[in-house]
Amino acid sequence: MNEAICAGLLTPELLNALPGVPDPQRMEEGPVAVIECAQEIPCNPCCRACPQGAITVAPVITALPSLRGEVCTGCGLCIPKCPGLAIFVVHKNYTESTSLVSFPYEYLPLPAVGDTLPCAGRDGAYLTHGVVKRVLTPTVYDHTAVVTVEVPKAHCMAVRTIERGGAAK
Amino acid sequence: MTEKKPLIAVVGAGPAGLSAAIEASRAGARVLLIDENQKPGGQLFKQIHKFFGSEAHKAGTRGVEIGRQLLAETQASGAEVKLGWPVYGVYPDGRVVYGSSQGAKSILADRVVLAAGATENCLAFEGSTLPGVMTAGAAQTFINEHRVLPGQRVVMVGSGNVGLIICYQLMQAGAQIAALVEAGPAIGGYAVHAAKLRRAGVPVYLSHTVHRALGQDRVEQVELAALDERFQKVEGSLKTVEADTLCMAVGLTPMVELAALAGCALTESPVLGGTVPVHNPDMRTTNPRYYVAGDIAGVEEASTAIEEGRLAGIAAAESLGLGTADAPAKKAAVRESLAALRAGTFGAKRFTAKEAILAQFGKEAAI
Repeated sequence: MNEAICAGLLTPELLNALPGVPDPQRMEEGPVAVIECAQEIPCNPCCRACPQGAITVAPVITALPSLRGEVCTGCGLCIPKCPGLAIFVVHKNYTESTSLVSFPYEYLPLPAVGDTLPCAGRDGAYLTHGVVKRVLTPTVYDHTAVVTVEVPKAHCMAVRTIERGGAAK
Repeated sequence: MTEKKPLIAVVGAGPAGLSAAIEASRAGARVLLIDENQKPGGQLFKQIHKFFGSEAHKAGTRGVEIGRQLLAETQASGAEVKLGWPVYGVYPDGRVVYGSSQGAKSILADRVVLAAGATENCLAFEGSTLPGVMTAGAAQTFINEHRVLPGQRVVMVGSGNVGLIICYQLMQAGAQIAALVEAGPAIGGYAVHAAKLRRAGVPVYLSHTVHRALGQDRVEQVELAALDERFQKVEGSLKTVEADTLCMAVGLTPMVELAALAGCALTESPVLGGTVPVHNPDMRTTNPRYYVAGDIAGVEEASTAIEEGRLAGIAAAESLGLGTADAPAKKAAVRESLAALRAGTFGAKRFTAKEAILAQFGKEAAI
């Protein structure tokens, strides 16, 4: 199996090959889920999480989740349902120069809307500061908060979290 | 004169034992579920993460919640639950002996389901007896059951799913992971678990092991050594990591002592954790009165333990003439679910190992 996948560090090339990652055209067209699930493990809660039926895990439960970009509305309901915390929503063209990135976050303290916080990539390294736009914690999310940050557009496929503890700094 | 219902004793109230008790009770058996702990649930109530698996089988639900559901189902099923009573002996005829400060008791069961679980493996190294050195499961008990942080800076040895998940939970509890250390050249557990640690910036040391732990009254530093392809320490490769806690997540070993006492044939299965009782597709051992389920039958996961427990409960009752109309369909559904849980790159090894155990049962039966 691919070393980078096993190590939990997906490269852009690997990401683009995943059936859960939308094509570049779809990224331009509005918010959309980015499913960074690259390893065939028996898991499928993402399917039923999607009210549009945009996600399929078939024909077997170990298949990688496949996203139909034209059906996905970018609602983000799949984000807290993934036990692997591997689903994100990216709204690339939020403004001329910025994007929104939504991600699952299970650390306390939670950030507050309006905070400007250090944001990190898949390797935890600092990339840029971002402004927290939303922090969703409804009961159905079962203690997985979904945080949305506004970041410079160039970082929209790289930022995947705020730095852990960033909200307390 | 009313005929007494057959008795099924279940040893161990973890996910496998609870599931066996529920199914056996539902089939119409009298069930006695015995556990040495004061609380039921085994390790389930420490599992605060959302489970993988099939949506149809509670995936996406946190382990603690699955534990609550199983407990409620056990209570509703009418099974009698005895907590704080270690089972210290069983006899081939189905006699189960258990004791506590209140004395010793014994009961003759028509069938016994052994769901004793597994015990964590340890490593021996210089400093391994220092306070602050513990198994990963102990650290998880600290944070998720007692809500006490065992330390601020943790070195985790072992990158299987247990090591990865407990690193994540230690960070959620407020600790820093100073190093994740893996003797092999790759992360052992699921990539998505590893990715959570990567996003938090956890330093990962592949092809490394702990050389020694240093400290006056407790762990203050941990020395790591690089390993070559033959898992030998590379000279001059020592690195020092500042840490106050060293956790070991280096595998589990099935607790087969009771199965051995009951005369169940045992076999070796390195993939499943070592010595395990031989069993058939009904989870029945070579002693027809004894069934096994969960980690005792081979170390896997809570989700597989639940399914194996259900299988053992259904089959043990069926062998006593209870629930026989439903049993074949129910067993087929559970087996299908187990096959799905053992599919894919990660499950394939366990699937093959389980098949070997079933084949071994055929050989033992022929003797």
